[in-house]
Amino acid sequence: MIVADIVKALNLEVLSGAKGLQREVTSGYTSDLLSDVMGFADAGAAWVTLQTHKNVMAVASLKELGAIILVKGFKPEPDTIEQSDEEEIPILGTELSAFEITGKLYNMLQQE
Amino acid sequence: MHFEYKVQGGDFARAGLASSQVKKVLKQLNVDAKLIKRVVVAMYEAEVNVVAHAYQGTINVDIDTERIVMAFSDHGPGIPDIPLAMQRGYSTASPVVREMGFGAGMGLPNIQSNADEFKITSVVGKGTNLEIIVYLNVPQE
Repeated sequence: MIVADIVKALNLEVLSGAKGLQREVTSGYTSDLLSDVMGFADAGAAWVTLQTHKNVMAVASLKELGAIILVKGFKPEPDTIEQSDEEEIPILGTELSAFEITGKLYNMLQQE
Repeated sequence: MHFEYKVQGGDFARAGLASSQVKKVLKQLNVDAKLIKRVVVAMYEAEVNVVAHAYQGTINVDIDTERIVMAFSDHGPGIPDIPLAMQRGYSTASPVVREMGFGAGMGLPNIQSNADEFKITSVVGKGTNLEIIVYLNVPQE
């Protein structure tokens, strides 16, 4: 599936990086520890986190993740948005908790 | 090919820049994607370590047909007990750094597991030297 499919199905807000909505998403990863994501997330993963600072984009870019999903209404910082737009890796927002959105995303990916 | 990067302690906004540039070079050289992933994980973690712990540092990267050597040299507090620092979950990072999602004690073990050769030496009160080597002609699983 592509990022746009997830946005639509899970009713997410596109906070930045809209040019990357056609990126492929092949898995998911939920963690607030950057080293954990760096070490263990796969390329093409949708990353569920509450971290909003620019370093999440460094990790997403280096790991070639599909998208970032910020939970509980968290919003990316301005320099995070800037890099997301540049790299065309979307940051998406939800009011749901990491637990809830991860469950929904997991079900969606299982149905692929 | 030789590249040198300066890293400033505490400058998290630029953390990952050197790793990103080396990744681009390796892609241009058509290096195996799995090898690039290993290099990038190891290099980013080491870069973040300098930003999180040291005052300043230099990264020297040498790439030839056989291997990539990443040498990190920093001025900083140094590491008193390297085996302890190498333990998964052990970290001396500040609360601020931890809040950002760093300092989980995963960096050095992540570097080691992605490196073919890994050498670390440190002098307390002076700084730390870390050398990471990844061989480029080894078929990846």
